[in-house]
Amino acid sequence: MSLSSPLMQVRGVSKRYGERIALQDVSFDLWPGEVLAVVGESGSGKSTLLNAIAARSQPDTGSVQFLTREDGMQDVFGMTEAQQRLLARTDWGFVHQNAADGLRMDVSAGANVGERLMGLGERHYGRLRATASEWLTRVEIDPSRIDDAPRTFSGGMRQRLQIARNLVTEPRLIFMDEPTSGLDVSVQARLLDLLRQLTRKMQLAAVIVTHDLAVARLLAHRMVVMQRGRVVESGLTDQVLDDPQHPYTQLLVSSVLQP
Amino acid sequence: MTIPLLELSGVAKSFTLHNQSGIALSVMANANLRVHAGECVVLDGPSGMGKSTLLKMIYANYRTCAGSIAVTPPGGVAVEVTQATPRELVQLRKNTIGYVSQFLRVIPRVPALDVVAEPLMEDAGDAPEALLAAREEASRWLTRLRIPERLWHLPPATFSGGEQQRINIARNMIKPRPLLLLDEPTASLDAANTQTVIELIREATARGAAVVGIFHDAHVGSAVATRRVDVASFRSAT
Repeated sequence: MSLSSPLMQVRGVSKRYGERIALQDVSFDLWPGEVLAVVGESGSGKSTLLNAIAARSQPDTGSVQFLTREDGMQDVFGMTEAQQRLLARTDWGFVHQNAADGLRMDVSAGANVGERLMGLGERHYGRLRATASEWLTRVEIDPSRIDDAPRTFSGGMRQRLQIARNLVTEPRLIFMDEPTSGLDVSVQARLLDLLRQLTRKMQLAAVIVTHDLAVARLLAHRMVVMQRGRVVESGLTDQVLDDPQHPYTQLLVSSVLQP
Repeated sequence: MTIPLLELSGVAKSFTLHNQSGIALSVMANANLRVHAGECVVLDGPSGMGKSTLLKMIYANYRTCAGSIAVTPPGGVAVEVTQATPRELVQLRKNTIGYVSQFLRVIPRVPALDVVAEPLMEDAGDAPEALLAAREEASRWLTRLRIPERLWHLPPATFSGGEQQRINIARNMIKPRPLLLLDEPTASLDAANTQTVIELIREATARGAAVVGIFHDAHVGSAVATRRVDVASFRSAT
């Protein structure tokens, strides 16, 4: 894997729903280990963009290239569905805003963490259990809860379990849709700290959709600002927040308390 | 003639406030400055003249409207800050430019010791002895800046203004980077700690760092300056 090549290249991605433009001509590069925040108000196209680049919904035009481990840069939408699925459960992760969308709520925490490994052919119960237990510890869940279903977990624990479930295959890229919204402030701080440590230690690249500029400031190296399906501004996170250039970004930054 | 570590030529900055009828505020018109290794340039001028703005443009959290800002680390290649990609800027900040801002901005919940050690820990990766060395160095900085040991394992969010400022100084000076930008680092410090910061700045220039600083306190400025520059001279349009 080369560090002199982007991990993902997004070019001219557009999508319409009937007459409505959901995404228009979005392009960016993401480098290994880089954390990119996508910010904007509700309806600005943030989540549509995330779903498009994570190959969860196909854009009308444009391309998404990903640096695969075996075959170099590959067009994600040129892959077969089986190849996309394999990528999505090995080298990618997807953390949903609502943990129930990303977890199996009625099977044990351990099985939630082990599922991706089993999908890759690991059948050894002892090893699966040991790995699950190790990952629960890494995301600060007491491993004695390994047999409990996430339905019995708090919101913050569910979100951490969802992260463990995704990271167990040591992906190189993780997509996150508002991962901290809906959590209490103290729980949110803990999750932010955890995410920052994990992205750094694992050299994990991340695309994080958030409406919270303070979250973007703490986690992201780089930021894109979206309005009505377009990227209106992009740059280094503190540059965009401290010296916003576009009228919409200026409005966004001046409308919040101390980002 | 050696290449300056930092060279600004014809740097201009204005802010356009789109949501206030698009008024444009010109803060700086023609800033020229060269700083060599071992120099400490103190910026003078009344507040509102653009001293902090200048530091922020060098650190690239403000964009530059015109002109050039070149940073050349010793033995390295010049980086044109105004043209650099975000990825290049992240690298430049990691290895070359340290910036002590007026406010500490860190993730809640991380203990003071780790906040200070973080720039060294980033380089350490997962090597246990390197992580240990990073924490030991951080404890030396905290001791030197008189942060009581009982606070080391607490997150700095609840500390006093002066304590937070000292954490910020330690965090941003612990890694010996070639260029240091200091924005009023002693504003809320007592005499003893102010004296320590003066010593730290002198040690930085002695090891060959180039320093550009703003000091509210005239006594600190004159104690560390090898040269003084009045930013009022950066406002003429010629």
